[in-house]
Amino acid sequence: MGGSLTLSERLWRIALWVGAILCFAFLIVPIAAMLPLSVNDGQYLTYPLRGFTTRWFEEFFTSERWAMSIRNSLVIGLASALLATALGTLAALGLSRGYCPGSRAIMAILLSPLIVPVVIYAVGLYFFFAPLGLTASYTGIILAHAALGAPFVVITVLASLTGFDWNLARAGASLGAGPVRVAFRVIFPLILPGMITGALFAFATSFEEVVVILFIAGPEQRTIPREMFSGLRENISPTIAAAAAVLVAVSVILLTAVELLRRRTERLRGMTAR
Amino acid sequence: MNGAPPQDDPRIIARRLARTLRRRRLGAFLLVAPLLAFTLVVFVTPIADMLRRSVADDELARAWPRVAAALKEHGTDESGVPGEAVFAALAEDLRTSWENRTTAAAARRLNYEVPNGRSLAMNTARWVEGLDEAPESWRAALIARDPAWGEKATWSAIHHASGPISDYFLLASIDRRRDVDGTIVQVPEAERLYVQVYLRTFGIALSVTLLCLALGFPAAYLLASLPSRIGNVMLILVLLPFWTPLLVRTGAWVVVLQENGFVNQAILWLGLSDTPLRLIYNRTGVLIAMTHVLLPFMILPAYSVMRSIPPDYMRAAKSLGAPPTTAFLRVYLPQALPGIAAGALLVFIIALGYYITPALVGGASDRMISSFIALYTTGTANWGLAAALGSGLLVATLLLYLVYARLVGGVRAGAI
Repeated sequence: MGGSLTLSERLWRIALWVGAILCFAFLIVPIAAMLPLSVNDGQYLTYPLRGFTTRWFEEFFTSERWAMSIRNSLVIGLASALLATALGTLAALGLSRGYCPGSRAIMAILLSPLIVPVVIYAVGLYFFFAPLGLTASYTGIILAHAALGAPFVVITVLASLTGFDWNLARAGASLGAGPVRVAFRVIFPLILPGMITGALFAFATSFEEVVVILFIAGPEQRTIPREMFSGLRENISPTIAAAAAVLVAVSVILLTAVELLRRRTERLRGMTAR
Repeated sequence: MNGAPPQDDPRIIARRLARTLRRRRLGAFLLVAPLLAFTLVVFVTPIADMLRRSVADDELARAWPRVAAALKEHGTDESGVPGEAVFAALAEDLRTSWENRTTAAAARRLNYEVPNGRSLAMNTARWVEGLDEAPESWRAALIARDPAWGEKATWSAIHHASGPISDYFLLASIDRRRDVDGTIVQVPEAERLYVQVYLRTFGIALSVTLLCLALGFPAAYLLASLPSRIGNVMLILVLLPFWTPLLVRTGAWVVVLQENGFVNQAILWLGLSDTPLRLIYNRTGVLIAMTHVLLPFMILPAYSVMRSIPPDYMRAAKSLGAPPTTAFLRVYLPQALPGIAAGALLVFIIALGYYITPALVGGASDRMISSFIALYTTGTANWGLAAALGSGLLVATLLLYLVYARLVGGVRAGAI
């Protein structure tokens, strides 16, 4: 193959590789460069490294401010992902077979949170939640984050329902199972990968969201990204690097889970197609 | 039994079919209803409420209900100043608003349009409240107290602000206002700001899009041309930053680009410069960090389209004698274009509304439209202007999104 390439083709190929490698380096290097500083024994987030310490991680996990933000991020992320998954899965089931009247318009409304800039949503919430007493409350933030995460669940569950064999549900019903039983024993197990993927997306959305938090959260509801935001603005301490390292680890876990689910679905599709 | 029509009567079947279909439609809708209701209440209503605020203008009318009504009823004379009835209503409003401590709201609204409108309202209200008895003519007394009450500009401002809706904030968000005669004019040059901010926002979004295109194209092309086993592994280099929280990525650039950060150390060590360069808290920092954050939105749609282009076409073009460049431009690029355009448009749309990254790595002259929306919402409360600027951003985003939707045929899971 290499022998048949002309000079210009070879130059083109080299340029392509150089450009692509620059792009990948640009994407990865800054994140990678930050991670070693989380165990660096120095007051500043600068190279060269001075020695190994775990005190920034200790501060991240034990100091009152950061520990509260971890708790908040988990509570808000899990609750909003749960709500988004429940509502989103039902909606996807309703939309999947084309029976739902006005499904194009409904779809546009359901997916609108993906399109509207978050800052606009946050301003709207700021006005809208204040008279309802939902600003500076967990309920308000969980509702808002669920609204931002639900479209991902709709999309992933709808994707897992394409090519779904509804005869399986009919078979369940003909064997005497009621609709709820059919849903829990036949449909949900089959679309579970889609549901979990959607839930992971919804959780990740909430876990990294900071604009809504900036506008409507009170001091009690500060999450990890919110603490990082003030940290980066006010006093850049290596604890931020420790927080970043933990968040990168969480991202790797989420990404791995989503990839494994995707591969499993592809494998199953391949099997039924054969 | 005998009277009943036979089971296979076509009409019966048709009726049953219709009933089943109806039941199915209802069932499907009931499944969708909870999320639809949730999204309408928790997402659509707040945004509609914000849009309403961009034209709502009742601050002054709420504090001074009588003068607003009297002005509408009686109007003004040819000189633009109203008669005694309206002045009497104004005096009554000034007194009650001072007692209810609502003068400040009306004063603030007046101040948007009249120079020193705030002190005019506050001082006159304090004076009226202190009077022991009503003067013979409120018109003469108030104009004697402050000549501004006898000016057309003051009364045209009160008229504009009498609500319940006005185009004041929408006009202000594009550096326009109504003059005393009601024609739309540009605000004085020194006060012009938002058109420039909109232009800057579009400029930054465009620069980021071009940077993403330049960096993302070779990466997407390479990923698509590699065997899928290797391509999938290398895709992780794009997906990992994509999943990394925004704050981590922005924070990483703060660390890397700061004065004694990694990049400056490298520049000094390589001898490219004698002093550390200023790479952050300015436009450079904003462009670098935003390009980093948005690159995956360019690469992923472009990659998914490029991967579906069969390599046979390029081979066919070459075997028919097309030089590689021609084959690329005439055969490959047209097929890849929808993916590239979708990615570029997506990057541009998201960049328009960016708030966090410019706020953390930009300087004062890099503030985009969202930064002003945030400032007027939570900082210096001018909710009408925040809502008007937000409406402008929303309209721009939705229009561009319609173009995007035409391009890719609606939202697809793979494109996000």
